[in-house]
Amino acid sequence: MATENLVYDRPEGFTDTPTHYCPGCTHGVAHRLVAEVLEEMGVIEKTIGVAPVGCSVFAYNYFDTDFVEAPHGRAPAMATGVKRVMPDRIVFTYQGDGDLASIGMGEIVHAAARGENITVIFINNANYGMTGGQMAPTTLPGMKTTSSPNGRDVETQGYPIKVSEMLSTLDGVGYCVRRSLHDPKNIRLAKKAIRMAFETQARGLGFSMVELLSTCPTNWGMTPVNSLKFVEEHMIPFYPLGDYKISDAIKQIKI
Amino acid sequence: MPKELWKGNEAIAEAAVRAGLEAYFGYPITPQTEILEYLSRRMPELGRTFVQAESELGAINMVYGAACTGVRVMSSSSSPGVSLMMEGISYIAGTEVPTVLVNVMRGGPGLGNIAPAQGDYNQAVHGGGHGDYQPIVLAPASVQEAIDLTVLSFDLAEKYRAICMVILDGCVGQMMEPAEMPEMRPVHRENWDWNTDAKMGKRERRILSSIYIDPVDEEQTNLRLLNRWKTIQANEVRYKEYFLDDAEIVIVGFGTAGRVSLSAVRTAREQGIKVGLLRPITVSPFPYEALDQLSGRVDAFLVTEMNSGQMLEDVRLAVKGRVPVEFYGRLGGVVPFPDEILSEIHRMAKVKLGTDVHPRDAWLERMAHIV
Amino acid sequence: MQKEIIISGFGGQGVLFAGQVIAYAAMDSGKQVTWIPSYGPEMRGGTANCTVVIADHEIGSPLVKNPPLVIALNLPSFDKYEPLMQVGGTLIVNQSMVDRGAKRDDISVILVPCNEIAEEIGDKKLMNMVAVGALLSALPEVSLKDVEKALEGHLPARHKHLLPKNYEALKRGYENAQKELEKVPA
Repeated sequence: MATENLVYDRPEGFTDTPTHYCPGCTHGVAHRLVAEVLEEMGVIEKTIGVAPVGCSVFAYNYFDTDFVEAPHGRAPAMATGVKRVMPDRIVFTYQGDGDLASIGMGEIVHAAARGENITVIFINNANYGMTGGQMAPTTLPGMKTTSSPNGRDVETQGYPIKVSEMLSTLDGVGYCVRRSLHDPKNIRLAKKAIRMAFETQARGLGFSMVELLSTCPTNWGMTPVNSLKFVEEHMIPFYPLGDYKISDAIKQIKI
Repeated sequence: MPKELWKGNEAIAEAAVRAGLEAYFGYPITPQTEILEYLSRRMPELGRTFVQAESELGAINMVYGAACTGVRVMSSSSSPGVSLMMEGISYIAGTEVPTVLVNVMRGGPGLGNIAPAQGDYNQAVHGGGHGDYQPIVLAPASVQEAIDLTVLSFDLAEKYRAICMVILDGCVGQMMEPAEMPEMRPVHRENWDWNTDAKMGKRERRILSSIYIDPVDEEQTNLRLLNRWKTIQANEVRYKEYFLDDAEIVIVGFGTAGRVSLSAVRTAREQGIKVGLLRPITVSPFPYEALDQLSGRVDAFLVTEMNSGQMLEDVRLAVKGRVPVEFYGRLGGVVPFPDEILSEIHRMAKVKLGTDVHPRDAWLERMAHIV
Repeated sequence: MQKEIIISGFGGQGVLFAGQVIAYAAMDSGKQVTWIPSYGPEMRGGTANCTVVIADHEIGSPLVKNPPLVIALNLPSFDKYEPLMQVGGTLIVNQSMVDRGAKRDDISVILVPCNEIAEEIGDKKLMNMVAVGALLSALPEVSLKDVEKALEGHLPARHKHLLPKNYEALKRGYENAQKELEKVPA
């Protein structure tokens, strides 16, 4: 007799609301990983999320936790306000690259420098998704977007910002790594990293961030499969995966 | 409590502490930095939260985050810094979380200077940030009033889930006067039905946001805010009257311009001129009704401000052209002396006044001979 | 009753504290009082001044254009405020820092060698208290005793051992000004 194996179920960290993300976008994967980690750590009840402005502006609809919605780029400042008066809660921001690395660069750098005990999930898909695929600070050199129609010319449009490398130089940062969501193996590694980031916060060991290389099939003008390939072949060489900073205290954590 | 000599800025800081302030986020800017400095020592001493933010933008969003959890929170700044905070203020208004913000106003626009000014009246009273909202705005004229209104601002902010701004100019911030502090109110977290302090196994999840993606929902929100504002207008107007009983000329001035006018009124009274003063304490909601009633029995109004006539327009709205409204202002950080206002009173007592010329235009013409 | 006082000098001469001492004395004796400094870049070593207003009613303007009472601790302050003084007012000038006498004869200009007196007492920083003492000779609303009590009540604990010398500075300034006042034709 054939037995049925449950291979997919919604994690408890999720609400029943279906997401609004485009087919093939990895936001959904990133959301799920966060929800699974919150469930596994048993912290859903004491978590407060901070949503950004960008494609994930409605993140608050999908996680079954309290949520606040920040102005564009200000999620780390808002999270600072929440965490400082509620130090026993788990506070995380979920931000895209336009939000975090462009308009919110001041807020993220200073939250990291202060060593705010918050967790940041940083989605790097190399463009502004919600407004229709404009050039972001993370857009690759030569990459075409709606505001760099001839390809990003670094002479006039500057160079992409490598956020994990940059933030890892700050003393307030406990955990700062880059992972990718382009295949199952990397998704598993990403989940481990997200877990470590939240464990960092739970133990009061400083600022934690996981940068996730992600796809944007709609605005990249690619099929979902080709988008995954693009991440592997073009984004990873420019944004190498790795552990940019893991403090000694965090290295001791055994899950 | 016995009276002590308090500096305006420090008095506001201590008053906020005594009102149960649980978290302060700010950024240094003259002439309000003493508030930040005072709280950088006082808050940690009491085990409360103090963060010097990376910018006013950071500060107001930290305030926003903390306000969402339902605690008593504030920031303070001065004109250019408050401009930078306008984004957060609009979001806070749209999210309906109680927030207190102190603006120790200085000369502007732009970098301007650090001298006392009232040029941010319109920004504070008529919004400043984008969208349809009304903040409560209190305007103390003395150190004691700064203390009392700081305490009140927390109560009003919570009562109406609104932004309550305390606007004063550098004079009141930098001045020392004898004042009495209220008793220390212990930090107390209300059991609100709206705050996002995590479910903790006790309730359904909550979301705080200023997004209403469906215009119909946004319209409902705007209407809710407006109806709440009508309640505030009906219940929270505050002003102080001086020598109004038999007054033929009434000066209207807030903050320092109001108290400088008081000196002129005293001298004019000694000279037998029947002049009084109405000093708005809430500039938003504005005392339209009190001015409306006065319009029926006085000969003329004189509006004094340390700006180019911003509150003037609100006074004119209340007076509705029934009697002449004159204006006297000093700008850019210049504080008027009482004799300047006294000579305006003398002029008004002597000359037949009309309502055909806009008071700002008439004043501008007179200013050409003054400066 | 309302009296306005401006105290002016170089940053570091104790201008602001001198004003605060008078403000404390007025407050402790039950009067209304305001104290307001000039603030901003000038606090970094330039000239500094403060205005003290004492009254028995709610005080209006904390600033004054034509003060009846001024302490000028240096020449720039003397130059600035002498022309602004109210007719009949009293201007206390720190003689140690000026090289001229009065230009006006419709005010009382009292020259007091504040630095020298303070040095005789043994602490040149007390120059401001000598000047305050001198001012009291023209401010009957605040007594020497009021100011002594204010100092005792509000001087930080670590400075309390300096009280006797402060009292002496006040007294010497007061007596010096009294003598000068007697010379001024009424």
